[in-house]
Amino acid sequence: MHEYLLSLLIWLPIAAGVVVLLLGERNIVAGRWLSLIATLVTLALCVPLWRDFNTHTAAYQFVQKAAWIPRLHAYYALGVDGISMPLIVLTALMTVPVVIAAWDVIKVRPAQYYASFLIMEGLMIGVFSATDALLFYFFWEAMLIPMFLIIGIWGGPRRVYATIKFFLYTFLGSVFMLAALIYMYLKCGSYSISAFQALPLTLTEQRWIFAAFLIAFAVKIPMWPVHTWLPDAHVEAPTGGSVILAAIMLKMGGYGFLRFALPIVPDACRQLYFLIVVLSLIAVVYIGFVALVQQDMKKLIAYSSIAHMGFVTLGIFLVYAILTSTGTTHGAGMGMDGAMVQMVSHGLVSGALFLCVGVLYDRMHTRQISDYGGVVNTMPVFAGFMVLFALANTGLPGTSGFVGEFLVILASFKANFWYTALAALTLILAACYTLWLVKRVVFGPVGNDRVAKLTDLNGREFLILGTLAAVVLLVGIWPAPLLKVMGPSIQHLVHQATATKIPA
Amino acid sequence: MSASMMTLHSLAPAVPEIYLAAAICFVLLFEAFVGVKRQGATGTLTLLVLAIGAALTVAFANVSHRTVLFDGSYVADPLAFVLKLAGFLAVAVALLYSRAYLRNREILKGEYYVLALTALLGIFVLISANSLLTVYLGVELLALSAYAMVAFDRDSGIAAEAAMKYFVLGAIASGMLLFGMSIVYGLTGTLNLDRIAVALTLPGNLGVVLAVTFIVVAVAFKFGAVPFHMWLPDVYDGAPTSVTLFIGTAPKIAYFALALRLLAHGLAGVTLDWTRMLMPIAVLTLVVGNVVAIAQTNIKRMLAYSTIAHVGFILLGFVAGTENGYAAALYYVLVYVLVTLGTFGVVVLASRKGFEADQLADYKGLYRRDPLLALAMAMLMFSTAGVPPFVGFWAKLRIIQALWETSHLWLVIIAVVMSVVGAFYYLRVIKLMYFDEAPETLPPTERSFGVRFALGVNAAAVLVLGVLPAPLLDLCTHVIH
Repeated sequence: MHEYLLSLLIWLPIAAGVVVLLLGERNIVAGRWLSLIATLVTLALCVPLWRDFNTHTAAYQFVQKAAWIPRLHAYYALGVDGISMPLIVLTALMTVPVVIAAWDVIKVRPAQYYASFLIMEGLMIGVFSATDALLFYFFWEAMLIPMFLIIGIWGGPRRVYATIKFFLYTFLGSVFMLAALIYMYLKCGSYSISAFQALPLTLTEQRWIFAAFLIAFAVKIPMWPVHTWLPDAHVEAPTGGSVILAAIMLKMGGYGFLRFALPIVPDACRQLYFLIVVLSLIAVVYIGFVALVQQDMKKLIAYSSIAHMGFVTLGIFLVYAILTSTGTTHGAGMGMDGAMVQMVSHGLVSGALFLCVGVLYDRMHTRQISDYGGVVNTMPVFAGFMVLFALANTGLPGTSGFVGEFLVILASFKANFWYTALAALTLILAACYTLWLVKRVVFGPVGNDRVAKLTDLNGREFLILGTLAAVVLLVGIWPAPLLKVMGPSIQHLVHQATATKIPA
Repeated sequence: MSASMMTLHSLAPAVPEIYLAAAICFVLLFEAFVGVKRQGATGTLTLLVLAIGAALTVAFANVSHRTVLFDGSYVADPLAFVLKLAGFLAVAVALLYSRAYLRNREILKGEYYVLALTALLGIFVLISANSLLTVYLGVELLALSAYAMVAFDRDSGIAAEAAMKYFVLGAIASGMLLFGMSIVYGLTGTLNLDRIAVALTLPGNLGVVLAVTFIVVAVAFKFGAVPFHMWLPDVYDGAPTSVTLFIGTAPKIAYFALALRLLAHGLAGVTLDWTRMLMPIAVLTLVVGNVVAIAQTNIKRMLAYSTIAHVGFILLGFVAGTENGYAAALYYVLVYVLVTLGTFGVVVLASRKGFEADQLADYKGLYRRDPLLALAMAMLMFSTAGVPPFVGFWAKLRIIQALWETSHLWLVIIAVVMSVVGAFYYLRVIKLMYFDEAPETLPPTERSFGVRFALGVNAAAVLVLGVLPAPLLDLCTHVIH
């Protein structure tokens, strides 16, 4: 059973998606229920994944390996460690609200909508569980297709521009990674990620490979200055698309750094860490200011995502800053812990915020902040949730947002005071743009007649937001299980990331 | 008696060509006596002929090792076997897709099928060529049939113009080829490719460089590589779409064989000379094809430039100059043929009587009008763009891998960047089909079940071979080594 658990997690949603597609728009009721059941079963399958996960080892677990392309030494090899497992759970968790949120909202080609998300879910889980680089790349690229269609078919007025920009940006990033992967395959005769991690590489090689990884992952995360596709994609995407994009797809960039860049080219990372730290701090500070002036709710959250992901890259690369300034790796794991928690937390919080915007958008069909005002008067329950998620976004203690940011800031203190000072600015900036957003949308007198006619959350919406709120609080109050799961893998990664791979 | 039996037996590897030549005569007679009375009968017969031919090929020409016949002019090897089967399949599928199109334009004539079969015979001769004469015979047999097919709709001015261009430029290319061959003959005193390979081992020799130049130019002409590509968009655009479908697919197999037999085998001793010449051609082809395709509004022209871009990739496999490079090019050609059959198949099926679906705008909202056709086209477009899980991804991967193996860093970078540029115009087709609203005025697409089923299988194959690429990859590597 355990051997096939990851395969099941990947192929069950994909198979369900194909069935929904075949059922077609005429049997949409059946298709809708099937989608819900499939996502719930996938989520239920995460229970044994979490429960039976051995938290004392950094080795891959739930391993499955089968021949795939013998000629290229590529295997259908799956496995999870403490870094990928939480992200798989997050993926399974966040797809459920997407399906529920679409229930009677998506009127155009709903079967294809559900099918896209189900296939997407399987492919994303595939990305996180592949331990073969070619298989990883296979899922990584295939994922673009459903997202391209999701934004393009169900998106807003400028959807075509946004989706083609999204596709080409990420495609351009990925192909260089592919070139790097093939190069390493030819050096070590295997596509296994572990083999890549063990492969000695000269500094020149490492720099080239690092550049390829950087292009791929920086676009995906996205880091300043290659972030411009994200606000467009988010604004035009339907609610579900925004949720998946923010909650899961952005995490793949961070995951890529953790799985590929750090362990495979540690010396290049060590040499060029400053570049990443600077880009991250620019993202945190500059993008924070950009978020402040947004007029569109989705765009604001999109920029907030970029700033928060800046925190993730900062946390990841702090290991080198700490190593340089203190000479030891003591405390470096904290930065990575923080980055991981931040990824999970941002997945929950940004997803929830996009769902909140979706709730408003379904009623008013506008995302302009100025069209709202005093929503609390007509939608008190909704306002409660919105305020909670907004506070989580600012990193309020007790919410999941706090844990990650706190760990990263703590770690940055070990590296350099100025990193801390700049990084901590985010606490202020995030508070400014998020709370100001809440103030303008939720509080104050009723803005106009349309706001006055708003109705509060229905049971379906309450269920989604309530569940997410509970998880956000749970991770915020009791992050220990999450940290425990990640612990050994992060320690192992710190070890890999600081050991040299240059052949003697 | 026993000697003649032996001879007959030893001819077994040449059964595909012998059978096909006989079958062409039979089809011609059939058309003269039966086909003129019953329209479409010849088409059905031709499909039957192709099926029997494929079966006979499997039965007789499935050689396990290289066999040379006819005093060294003809070679049968596992590669030829695979290419011939692919040829049968490609021609059969192309003819299957074309039938309704031909009927709607009142050019459903038996001669069309005869010409397709003679072209296939030319392809086979090229595939099995082991001497310069056989090469030339194959090239001309294929080219002359193709010229006639392009001009088949005799009332169409644009088709006649295309055929004329094709003929004149094709003749120039043939002249180049002959000239190059004559120099090779002068240098080596033999027409046999095996002996030429042994004799020509002096790279940089002026005579060799001259010969190689003309031969490379001729190969580039035939492939439609830049700067010898100008005929290709005009011919693709001007020819009836069913003919475009035909000349865009099976002949590429032959031209791959041409490059492999002539350059990689016959001129193996001077690989350095021709790879150096081929490199700038391949890069230019890749860049011009992809960039110019963006500017097209006519889907046939766009696919023509897309073909040119793919030719760039195929030539890159040759530029690598290694067995892995040739295997990658072979894989690319087979994948290209499979995908192109589908894409032009969609264009053929979307065209109706009095309506050529040749503008990109004609695909607006195709999803609404015909979800199956749109889905097939979307899968094919993603495949051509090289996005997994479709088979086109592996074709590009193999080429890039072959370039890495030979340390061509810059070619790798150009190849990957150009595949992103290419993605743009393939995505645009998907955008038109799925994101745009359909105009009211477009006629419905072809509905006959058999053809649609075949197209569905074609698109499904692109997905299945993409998810499980191992068998075809193995086959390509196996037959090249």
